[in-house]
Amino acid sequence: MTGVRVLVGTHKGAFVLTADGRRDNWEITGPLFPGWEVYHLKGSPADPNRIYASQSTGWFGQVIQRSDNGGKTWEAVGNKFAYEGDPGTHIWYDGTPHPWEFKRVWHMEPSLHDPDTVYAGVEDAALFRSTDGGHNWQELPGLRAAKGHQWMPGAGGMCLHTIIQDPSDLNRMFVAISSAGAFRTTDGGQTWRPITHGLVANGELPDPTAEVGHCVHNMAMHPSRPNVLFMQKHWDVLRTDNAGDDWHEISGNLPSDFGFPIAVHAHEPETVYVVPIKSDSEHFPPEGKLRVYRSRAGGNQWEALTNGLPQENCYVNVLRDAMSTDTLDSCGIYFGTTDGQVYGSFDAGDHWTAIAENLPAVYSVEAQVLP
Amino acid sequence: MIRVILPTHLWRLAKVNREIELDVEGTPTLGAVLDALEAKYPVLEGTIRDHGTKKRRPFIRFFADGQDLSLESPDVTLPAAVLAGQEPLRVVGAMAGGVKAGR
Repeated sequence: MTGVRVLVGTHKGAFVLTADGRRDNWEITGPLFPGWEVYHLKGSPADPNRIYASQSTGWFGQVIQRSDNGGKTWEAVGNKFAYEGDPGTHIWYDGTPHPWEFKRVWHMEPSLHDPDTVYAGVEDAALFRSTDGGHNWQELPGLRAAKGHQWMPGAGGMCLHTIIQDPSDLNRMFVAISSAGAFRTTDGGQTWRPITHGLVANGELPDPTAEVGHCVHNMAMHPSRPNVLFMQKHWDVLRTDNAGDDWHEISGNLPSDFGFPIAVHAHEPETVYVVPIKSDSEHFPPEGKLRVYRSRAGGNQWEALTNGLPQENCYVNVLRDAMSTDTLDSCGIYFGTTDGQVYGSFDAGDHWTAIAENLPAVYSVEAQVLP
Repeated sequence: MIRVILPTHLWRLAKVNREIELDVEGTPTLGAVLDALEAKYPVLEGTIRDHGTKKRRPFIRFFADGQDLSLESPDVTLPAAVLAGQEPLRVVGAMAGGVKAGR
């Protein structure tokens, strides 16, 4: 029977949650890499048993782990992330030029087609690629050529956290960077351009419509509609229908348009999910009610999904990589909280249940459907 | 033969015991021991010293025979008791506190 595997990265290790296709009984294994921060782990679409994990601590730096058997065993592969050439500088908090310094890998994005090819989004923001299963990493420096000297970190660090591959065009990819913006390549990563027209950052940038500097929190795309992207920005939820050339706001009736993750239903390209957070200074749900909001209209009209979620005195956060969908006929959607809960819905959000509780703070959630 | 004690995270990462033994060619300086350690266990490259500069990571300490060698040059010769195998070189994760480290 088809099964589901949910990969959970946390503040103190990784966990693997598995269930059969009914998704009513979850087995939890872990912690993997106990005591390490696991910002993200993700399986290869081309080989679901090939999983890459980003493991780090402030003491011992970055380690990349790879599993070839669905997470049963792991091998530490390459952890050398050297910027290409003389990387120059970006802008520091005090406005002075600051050299680029590798800190950690925030996001692993395996190739859609080749299990040995994987992308890594890192802090200080850059995109790296390995074509040998994670042993060696090369930067794609053309990204930082897209006005990287003007990028400036926000409070959470200048991280590249979103990597989206266009399934219809191997050469087209999208990335997003906190406090820098969104970018697109159409030549396989050689050159990039900001795609921020329509983003407005009132109160956050001296020029609210600047080409770079926007604090994009997350983006999502349905594979059948590669020109349509959805974005959760620092404030505002937006969409583009022309691959980022123009964005327009779709926040509509959300109780707050601040938040971190955004996801698209596996089978309904116009069904979108966000988790509103009260504000940039109060990182918890409005009114202490943990609500996922769903739009079946591609935005603007949103409904609160609350069945099974705490509706009083809830002050958790849901981080940008901590929401994911599965591709079973009745679409599953999963998210994790900074308080260590992982919730799942197996009917596209109508009903929720905690499939793991009392884990360390959840950084990332990735669902896989197993053959 | 030089004895080295690794912090928990690193001996687990290298899949070895807490204490390991290294043969070091030439003068067994601190830097030479770390070179030998990384050569024998490449998975530790970048976890104790920076890949490029070979500088000690900020929260790593080197203790040996009651001495703190963390701020010493890589060319410092290890204490006699370490050279004699009576004492280990200890690679230590520095103490750290605060809300984030402890949560």
